[in-house]
Amino acid sequence: MATTEISHAINRNPIMPLDLDIVLDTHVNPSATNRRAATLTTRRSVKKNWQAAWLLKAITCIDLTTLAGDDTPSNVKRLAAKARQPVRQDVLEALGVADLGITVGAVCVYHERIQDALEALEGTSIPVAAVSTGFPAGLNPFKLRIEEIHASVEAGAKEIDIVITREHVLRGNWQALYDEVCEMREACGEAHMKTILATGELGPLWNVAMASKVCMMAGADFIKTSTGKESVNATLEVSLIMARAIREHYERTGYKVGFKPAGGIRKAKEALAWLTLMKEELGDDWLTPQLFRFGASSLLGDIERQLSHHITGHYAAKHHMPMG
Amino acid sequence: MSTPANKSVRELFETMEYGPAPESDENANAWLDSHERHFGAFIGNVWKAPAGLETITVVNPARGAALAQVVDSNTELVNDAVKAARKAFESWSLASGHTRARYLYAIARGIQKHGRLFSVLESMDNGKPIRESRDIDIPLVARHFYYHAGWAQLMATEMAGYQPVGVVGQVIPWNFPLLMLAWKIGPALAMGNTVVLKPAPYTPLTALLFAEIVADAGLPPGVVNIVPGGDEAGAAIVAHPDIDKIAFTGSTNVGRILRKVTAGTGKKLSLELGGKSPYIVFDDADQDGAVEGLVDAIWFNQGQVCCAGSRLLVQENIAERFLEKLRVRMGKLRTGDSLDKSIDLGAVIDPVQYETIDRWVKIGVNEGASIFQPDIPMPQSGCFYPPTLLTNVSPASTVVQEEIFGPVLVAMTFRTPDEAIQLANNTRYGLAASIWSENINLALEVAHKVKAGSVWVNSTNLFDAASGFGGYRESGYGREGGKEGLFEYVRPNWQKRPQPEIEPNTLDVKVWSAATPALPNPVASSASKNGTPTIDRTAKLFIGGKQKRPDGNYNRPVLNPKGQIVGEVGDGNRKDIRDAVEAAHAARGWADRTPHNRAQILYYIAENLAIREEEFAQRLRSMTGCSAKAAQNEVSLSIERLFTYAAWADKFGGTVQETTLAGLVVATHDYLGVIGIACPDDAPLLAFVSLVAPAIARGNTVIAIPSEAYPLAATDFYQILETSDLPGGVVNIVTGKRDHLTKTLVEHEDVDAMWYFGSAEGSYFVEQLSVSNLKRTWVNYGMARNWEDEHQGASHEFLHHAIQVKNTWVPTGF
Repeated sequence: MATTEISHAINRNPIMPLDLDIVLDTHVNPSATNRRAATLTTRRSVKKNWQAAWLLKAITCIDLTTLAGDDTPSNVKRLAAKARQPVRQDVLEALGVADLGITVGAVCVYHERIQDALEALEGTSIPVAAVSTGFPAGLNPFKLRIEEIHASVEAGAKEIDIVITREHVLRGNWQALYDEVCEMREACGEAHMKTILATGELGPLWNVAMASKVCMMAGADFIKTSTGKESVNATLEVSLIMARAIREHYERTGYKVGFKPAGGIRKAKEALAWLTLMKEELGDDWLTPQLFRFGASSLLGDIERQLSHHITGHYAAKHHMPMG
Repeated sequence: MSTPANKSVRELFETMEYGPAPESDENANAWLDSHERHFGAFIGNVWKAPAGLETITVVNPARGAALAQVVDSNTELVNDAVKAARKAFESWSLASGHTRARYLYAIARGIQKHGRLFSVLESMDNGKPIRESRDIDIPLVARHFYYHAGWAQLMATEMAGYQPVGVVGQVIPWNFPLLMLAWKIGPALAMGNTVVLKPAPYTPLTALLFAEIVADAGLPPGVVNIVPGGDEAGAAIVAHPDIDKIAFTGSTNVGRILRKVTAGTGKKLSLELGGKSPYIVFDDADQDGAVEGLVDAIWFNQGQVCCAGSRLLVQENIAERFLEKLRVRMGKLRTGDSLDKSIDLGAVIDPVQYETIDRWVKIGVNEGASIFQPDIPMPQSGCFYPPTLLTNVSPASTVVQEEIFGPVLVAMTFRTPDEAIQLANNTRYGLAASIWSENINLALEVAHKVKAGSVWVNSTNLFDAASGFGGYRESGYGREGGKEGLFEYVRPNWQKRPQPEIEPNTLDVKVWSAATPALPNPVASSASKNGTPTIDRTAKLFIGGKQKRPDGNYNRPVLNPKGQIVGEVGDGNRKDIRDAVEAAHAARGWADRTPHNRAQILYYIAENLAIREEEFAQRLRSMTGCSAKAAQNEVSLSIERLFTYAAWADKFGGTVQETTLAGLVVATHDYLGVIGIACPDDAPLLAFVSLVAPAIARGNTVIAIPSEAYPLAATDFYQILETSDLPGGVVNIVTGKRDHLTKTLVEHEDVDAMWYFGSAEGSYFVEQLSVSNLKRTWVNYGMARNWEDEHQGASHEFLHHAIQVKNTWVPTGF
């Protein structure tokens, strides 16, 4: 199935009424979740050409990200250049995929760097994503958070990564969470909304499941694990719970919501683990940038080295790969 | 695999499919080649393959290819092995615990060092996925030897009062070849025994590699002997007179045969048999977690697991959705070559097993079951059975009752927790159970009530060396792992291996169990005092808390050593036994009394006996002709015993097991249920009390057959029971001809255990007849014990026989 076909097939998840019965009917056993997460990767192994193909796919799902206080136009432009040409041309040719136009899924920056990214990506279809709503803590005045979305959309961001108010989850105030996310979704307009749950700050796993459900009812296009700034970021356990929530939402409503693990994913092997998780729990439709993204900055470099290894048979040096 | 190995990256980038991920078999083949693919028996640390012996062709079931030829050991080889083991026992049993610990530690290290070779070889031989052998079987094997190195080290203090059994014969199955070997050899060696082990004919290879580890570790020759082979070798081990214990894992049918063959010989016997374990899903369960659990429960090792969660019980209100989730999940399972690292199910062991599975499934479908098998690619060759779900079945369905031993799940619904428990326990087996609920109250109560040796809460198929594994009911007896498992490999220091001199061929069960009603003796039956006739006092039976006339309405005179009648008792028959068993079941609420309450009642019994101390002493004197001092002593020791077991009523509940689980594993000392007790003639009061008290202290209910010769102490005793708040039916007393009554009791399929202290012949028959429901037996092989001695008359031995261990696994986390 070609990626372009899938993008047409996906109807955007709309805002729908908050159904508290469904939110509260949540049963998560953390020990069983851990066991599944631990054995997902031991039950499946992808080797040789399969591995190379999967790693290329992983690249197309990367939100290549820089979210640092010292970001300036120059490093964002460098990042964007890497986004356009994520793998060295000779490696792509050796793999026989030079003409597939492989790029990353998006470039993800703070609002102030949207313009730099857009300029650097001109002529490509790579969208710019902006983190928003008082990222990462999400505790700015609510009005300003909404305004921030408007500003980023106006500036040209096609994807908005919003953060939720953790307090609403920790206090079980699902209505407030729903209202907040609905308003943010409306503010996003045509831009796609990725809802960051900051799972490392939500307490037990069942809170993650319930928050996922509410955010999807509130029209999230993606649900995303973390800002990358919490002490615990994307884990397979949390991803499993969120993937199952997505599956349940799809079964119930017919709408496919995307998933984005973010923070701490640095190795090619980890990328394969997440792809396996998506394939096993959600199916092949979720192995596309339309429904799956990695929030990562250094992952690409490791994947590129693995691909080099695949064609040469020896391990590559980091400095042989163009930096982003 | 159907996937061509040369698909382009470009193509795969679109399809995102899985490909082959083979584990190399190079090293395993090199090892087989180094033996020229021919193996003998490992006896006294050398390979023996006498010319002219048949060999067994060992096959890789996933590929259908022969792997090696292995000697089919005959009786002579087994005899050699037993000789070697006996010789080694002399020094091995005397070696210090620390020395044995060092050897076991060396074995554990050896397993770990060659872990991958063991895993690959195991998967080639058995057909199981390399993931399982690599991540589960082999790590558990190493863990088992480490754990038992520890018990060897600690034996002198922690198993004080116990000695090794001797030479142990061990017969293991093909489903977990090396793991079952570890479960057998670890505790045996730790406790100072030497072993003769027969691996299954389908899967001997890792046991043979293990033999090399043993030699490498420098174990003294003869401590471990491996005799690969089939029926002849197995029969030779089981029948060998110089083997002191048989440990067997396998089918319930073979277990029954072993019980019969070893009956009366004085050999210890432990059996790990079949199962049809329930997998209970309540409506508040994590359904996705429970579905994944099912994958581990019934598709682990292709369902060829004795404790497989093969009987799904799902609450009616979620059944439709849960089964739909399950079907979707089944569609994601991958079946393939055992060395493929990307599969969930490998090959079943042999075409014979495939046929067996298929036959059961067809029976199920013929009886009306709906069958679901997912549309997934199956290998074109090799011995692969698809994952299968049977719905529209009920307890009346054959496939719900019978162990299929394949990747076949049967599913039923229940309405309430009570009904779930009833359905779960509606089986002749009792090996394991899984319970899924997010309600801790509910889950732990169901765990408590389900009849199974291993109970997994929100988990399934968890194993660890520190937690004993073994069954209730017809899933066998004995435990493997944990401290509880050690008792299978020791006997009390004071006890010698019983060597009863019986000739089973000459014994006739009809003669043994014949009813011989004693006729009233007109000479001395109506003693009088001062010319006034005494009031006739014929002791009745004591059933359900009431004094009952014997059903047959016959009585037996009780004679003193001079032949004078000192009283009469009822002559019980099979209907009295039947009634007593019914009463004992009706009183099963006894187990739900608090331990404190059971202790209080035992103290109260002691108190009431103390009040009548003189009278009981007098009774003993007049019956047995013993001295006043001896009679007095017997009564006061009986009072002391009651105190002992009142004390134990709330101090033997179990332990927390230190496994690898993140969570809590609790070994509970569960009651057995209904125990039949045939008491000896010696110490007629003390032996009766010494046997009945531990049984009821631990929550069992009892049918006691008092001393046949001297029953009056026991019948007097029921008056004490009546005044001590003991609920009716907890202790039932049926007097009469001991062996006649014993036969009915031991054949009764609703009696859980039979303790027999009588003749060698009787012991033989009790063990032999116990097979109908594989009840636990404890017999004396005709050997007397000194009931006054605190070791012989009151020790942990009694408590261990009064309980069965249930290990409940409760993972924790958030």
